[in-house]
Amino acid sequence: MIISRGERVFQWVNVAFLVLVAVVALFPVLYLVSMSLTPLEVLYKYGGFRVIPPQVTLEAYKQILSTPLIPRAFMNSVIITAVGTTINLALTIITAYPLSKRRLPGRSVLTLLVTFTMMFSGGLIPSYLLVKNLGLRDTYWAVILPGAIATYNLLVMKGFFESLPEELNEAARIDGASEWRVLTSVTLPLSKPVIATLGLFYGVGHWNGFFDAMMYISDSRLLPLQVVLRNILMDAMRNTEVTPDAIQVMPGETLKMATVVIALIPVLLAYPWVQKHFTKGVLIGSIKG
Amino acid sequence: MGIGLNLRKYAPLYIMLIPGIVYYLLFRYGPMYGLIIAFKNFNVFDGILGSPWAGWTHFEALFKNPQFTRILTNTVVISLLKLVCGMPPAIILALMLNELRGQWFKRIVQTASYLPHFLSWVMIYGILFAFLSPGTGLINQWIKGFGGDAIGFMSDKHWFVPVLVLSEIWKDVGWGAVLYLAGLAGINPELYEAATVDGAGKWKQTWHISLPGILPVIMLVLILRMGSVLNAGFEQIYILYNPNVYAVSDIIDTWVFRNGIEQMKFPIATAAGLFKSVIGFALVLISNKLARKYTESGLW
Repeated sequence: MIISRGERVFQWVNVAFLVLVAVVALFPVLYLVSMSLTPLEVLYKYGGFRVIPPQVTLEAYKQILSTPLIPRAFMNSVIITAVGTTINLALTIITAYPLSKRRLPGRSVLTLLVTFTMMFSGGLIPSYLLVKNLGLRDTYWAVILPGAIATYNLLVMKGFFESLPEELNEAARIDGASEWRVLTSVTLPLSKPVIATLGLFYGVGHWNGFFDAMMYISDSRLLPLQVVLRNILMDAMRNTEVTPDAIQVMPGETLKMATVVIALIPVLLAYPWVQKHFTKGVLIGSIKG
Repeated sequence: MGIGLNLRKYAPLYIMLIPGIVYYLLFRYGPMYGLIIAFKNFNVFDGILGSPWAGWTHFEALFKNPQFTRILTNTVVISLLKLVCGMPPAIILALMLNELRGQWFKRIVQTASYLPHFLSWVMIYGILFAFLSPGTGLINQWIKGFGGDAIGFMSDKHWFVPVLVLSEIWKDVGWGAVLYLAGLAGINPELYEAATVDGAGKWKQTWHISLPGILPVIMLVLILRMGSVLNAGFEQIYILYNPNVYAVSDIIDTWVFRNGIEQMKFPIATAAGLFKSVIGFALVLISNKLARKYTESGLW
């Protein structure tokens, strides 16, 4: 195939532009890491942060790990994410599976009632009062139970189950397998990609979850990382001059950015692993604004 | 006999459904029952049912409140700005990714561009602080380096909404491009071959084949986003805003939160929430109808 000059120029411009896009997406994250490693001397010497710090120090991380505040919040987030995602997936699977059986009487009414909740909700105040009246405040359940099933994810899972060949299930049933066994030994092994993808969505949702925890949890020992992180950053925003703790070894910003980086690490670790499971059907989720 | 047989046959499936049904009744339909508060002079001691009826008084108070016009305008303006400014970059990114020949490079760019989608707004608040704070923010360091005065991007009425829109684009442009890429992948390659034979260049091919090819996707996204126009980005705005910029960034959701949860004015806050839910529901129904009519695919 002959590639014209214009075509070659176009390809180079295109590649250059897309490299720029990738840099714009990644640079802010890398800059956070760079700030989190910057010692105070650099600020004195240059009057500000450098993109590539001439000196680096792990002092901020040492300091964060030496007080209980961040490690405790980190563990709270780990517990909420692990328990929450497990409950999310279990409930989504056992609800989506019966709803995917076309011959189940009542299936269309139930599906309609479920879909309706995507379009109309009681809103913030009634939900808040419900959680309060159930006595869930100041427990992890307050941030796990109200969102136990995301309706959109439920419909994705149901659609996936419906796309599996029913003959496989029939064969297992004729062999005397119970419905439960068909689900666990025929359907679920075929559903790994969708489970991985929805698990990532649920998991990231819990890890990044902020609002419910801020509303429902006031006991500081139970607060998850995002809420603690915001409190730390709020102080930073209010007091943009050099903060008192900077008088020691590092700028206050360094400590703050190190906290953001710590919150980022689990997301970065999980990301490439599940990214390969993304499927076209599931990614339709990006429609929801 | 038929019913008995059915029940036995389907009993395990119905049993599986029980936790899900309990969940939906309690946590999804339960709050809908709580909407009655909007019509009650609610007090905590008498509860939802025991509190005296108030008719439409809370709605009258809401619509007469001078802040109401402001929060409604802010909600719609911010939402539309995000839609109008956010869609073209996602479409352009998809078109450019689609032109790439090397799969590995495409995968790298895509992986990088999705990443911000998985960051929380609190983390992005930290990133914005690193770039925009008047004291040490990178962009203000540059401005000062060129002899300018530091700009308080997060506390300035003129800058705050652009910060909201741009940070949202940064977060979601790569993720948004996925849909259009899927649409582009569905275009028949023979169309491009025929166009090349006819001497059509890249621009012509993009204009006459690629864009028309993904027009149904564009329409669908546009219509469905119109249906959620009252969702202007609650969490983002709540985390980023401050009293200096309430005038331009206070939306229905943030107003409901401050009045309801913080000041415990439950009935009027519930009334505002119900107003939003009802209008939102109508918009979703209308937009879905439009989607069906013009693109032959809708939410349901």
